[in-house]
Amino acid sequence: MPRQTIVIDPVTRIEGHSKISIHLDEEGNVEEAYFHVTQFRGFEKFCEGRPFSEMPSLMARICGICPVSHLIASAKACDAILAVRIPPNAVRLRRILNLAQILQSHALSFFYLSSPDLLLGMDSDPAKRNIFGVMESHPGVARDGIRLRQFGQQIIERLAGKRIHPSWVVPGGVNEPLGAAHRDRILEELPEAVGIAQRTLDWFKVEMEKFREEIRSFANFPTMFMGLAGADGALDHYDGKLRFVNAAGQIVADGIEPADYAAHIAEMAHPWTYLKTSFYKPLGYPEGIYRVGPLARLNICDTVDTPLAAQEWAEFRELDRGPALSSFYFHYARLIELLYALEKMGQLLNAPDVLDTHVRARASANNSEGVGVSEAPRGTLIHHYKVDRDGLITWANLIIATGHNNAAMNRGVLQVARHFIHGNKLNEGLLNRVEAVIRAFDPCLSCSTHADGRLALEVELLSHDGEVLDRCLTP
Amino acid sequence: MTKAPVRIKTLTIDGREVGAREDQTILDVARENHIFIPTLCDLPGLTAVGACRLCLVEVRGVNRLLPACVTAVAEGMEVSVSSERIDRYRRSILELLFAERNHVCSVCVTNGHCDLQSLALKLGMTHVHFPYQYPRLPVDASHERFVVDHNRCILCTRCVRVCDEIEGAHTWDVMSRGVDCRVITDLAEPWGKSESCTGCGKCVQVCPTGALSEKGKSVAEMSKRRQFLPYLTLMREARR
Ligand code: SF4
Ligand code: SF4
Ligand code: FES
Repeated sequence: MPRQTIVIDPVTRIEGHSKISIHLDEEGNVEEAYFHVTQFRGFEKFCEGRPFSEMPSLMARICGICPVSHLIASAKACDAILAVRIPPNAVRLRRILNLAQILQSHALSFFYLSSPDLLLGMDSDPAKRNIFGVMESHPGVARDGIRLRQFGQQIIERLAGKRIHPSWVVPGGVNEPLGAAHRDRILEELPEAVGIAQRTLDWFKVEMEKFREEIRSFANFPTMFMGLAGADGALDHYDGKLRFVNAAGQIVADGIEPADYAAHIAEMAHPWTYLKTSFYKPLGYPEGIYRVGPLARLNICDTVDTPLAAQEWAEFRELDRGPALSSFYFHYARLIELLYALEKMGQLLNAPDVLDTHVRARASANNSEGVGVSEAPRGTLIHHYKVDRDGLITWANLIIATGHNNAAMNRGVLQVARHFIHGNKLNEGLLNRVEAVIRAFDPCLSCSTHADGRLALEVELLSHDGEVLDRCLTP
Repeated sequence: MTKAPVRIKTLTIDGREVGAREDQTILDVARENHIFIPTLCDLPGLTAVGACRLCLVEVRGVNRLLPACVTAVAEGMEVSVSSERIDRYRRSILELLFAERNHVCSVCVTNGHCDLQSLALKLGMTHVHFPYQYPRLPVDASHERFVVDHNRCILCTRCVRVCDEIEGAHTWDVMSRGVDCRVITDLAEPWGKSESCTGCGKCVQVCPTGALSEKGKSVAEMSKRRQFLPYLTLMREARR
């Protein structure tokens, strides 16, 4: 089989578009599919020489969609450099912030980006297949989505001030305690949000029946899953140990200290993308492909410690004998996590010490290295820094959710392409489904949200000798 | 010895008639009369050096623009502190300051508390029309409590002056010329190795930008406390 070199022509690298190339073999069958990522260049490089205390805010700039998650992973890496145990209430407040971020991000992903596909159908008019279309046909759902997202954003604002890039999270904790008025407001509004999460889950479970084909073909293949497991193996987004579970649901590796991630996760660079591909080191590539994110988290945990989400989780675990394998279930998992986030925030905000003003530990760089791990909406985030004796960054490595999922995402696109491509043409149906697969992973790319919430995507079909047979763009 | 009597001069600033002591500068008088002239290198309590040129004003009958902070008043002087030409010059000066080094406000320790940033806002600097130089500049974090980030330094020499004139240590100085110009500690040794530095932190507090900061401050956390300066100067004068 002749292997062709893929040249990414900078002119075709339209700002904000991700590119997918699908390669045919000599017989015209789909051989490979690649998802190209042209963002994320050089973040590791340009923090070199900067004081580590700037890192959380600097890293928050990686992404305008989930800045809070980077803030948190980064601050945890910095805590490790300070070599301090941060005050318990700082942990609590950071946890609330992280959950609020998950809430608002999941609401965006589910209601704004995915619900149009789900409610209006994948093959409906692209011009209408967006949140505005949903607003017309299912105004209640659209309103719920807007409200949930807004609720998450308001919590972030009440805790951290500025909405997009808060600098409230700092090495050693957070720089302001929570005020009673803010706590009370959030707690007041919480029950309404819980109600929305519950009714959304109810209709989604019914709707899900209509998507059998998608469930079957949506990146539905065996992979391992990875995520943080908290105390007693409970679902946790802030702290814990890393755990790998295989496609049969067996725990492959457990209790991995975040600082030891490199012994278990290897990264590989591919020529077609700036995003490195991660895999489980002991198994190698491609056997060691794993997925992270909401689906992974629900697949790897042993228990969920909030009552309503625990019930939903139990039901979710009945889907497949082992872990739920279809990436279509990402949506389902997101909704369960939404509910969990709301309940958990309630628990944390009701803690007697949540207004405690001791929220920051101070120290200087006592360690020359630090690793911070947290669960972002899209999956496990690993920040790893090294500093010199003065606390200036000498080296940094970041593994982001989309990197963990990269290999699985390519496989997902390949699976869909095999299913839908016959001949030399791309069709709208394929484009929609490829988009939906990518969307299910909710990759953390700046391009994943355009103004109207559609994924900006360019798909290229290439013959076995590299000739472009067809090309199309999402409208 | 009797002191010579202080003479009073009258002049106009933007058409307003004002009175001044003969030993005052245009900037002094303007401040006394609450007339705004932008400044960066000047700081009451330190010797004026006329380094930043932001305080440029027009004086009738003089072709070039004059720096208000080092120009003495004169009888009958007609001063304009703002005009289309002055505003344009000032904006260009700011743009040059931004283009010369690496200013990334959003991730800077003084974001929101920075004199350079707030002046840029106030004077309506919307773009930098000069090519950015992106120099590779070091950060010196060798001092136990402070950091100097040359990426944010505008060479105003406030640090040099406060260290010399107020603290009396003269740890800071200026080295080289043109684009290579840098503030240095002792003989261009790491700050942490400086034998003359007393660790008083005055330089950090007077620095208008994020160039000097307290160690461990995170983004936007470094606001400066400058109240000590007029107080110190006053107390010293009283003792003389
Ligand atoms: S020193 Fe001031 S102008 Fe420069 S980056 Fe920092 S905040 Fe912006
Ligand atoms: S370090 Fe600060 S005070 Fe010193 S010259 Fe530079 S900008 Fe001015
Ligand atoms: S304030 Fe006059 S030159 Fe800087």
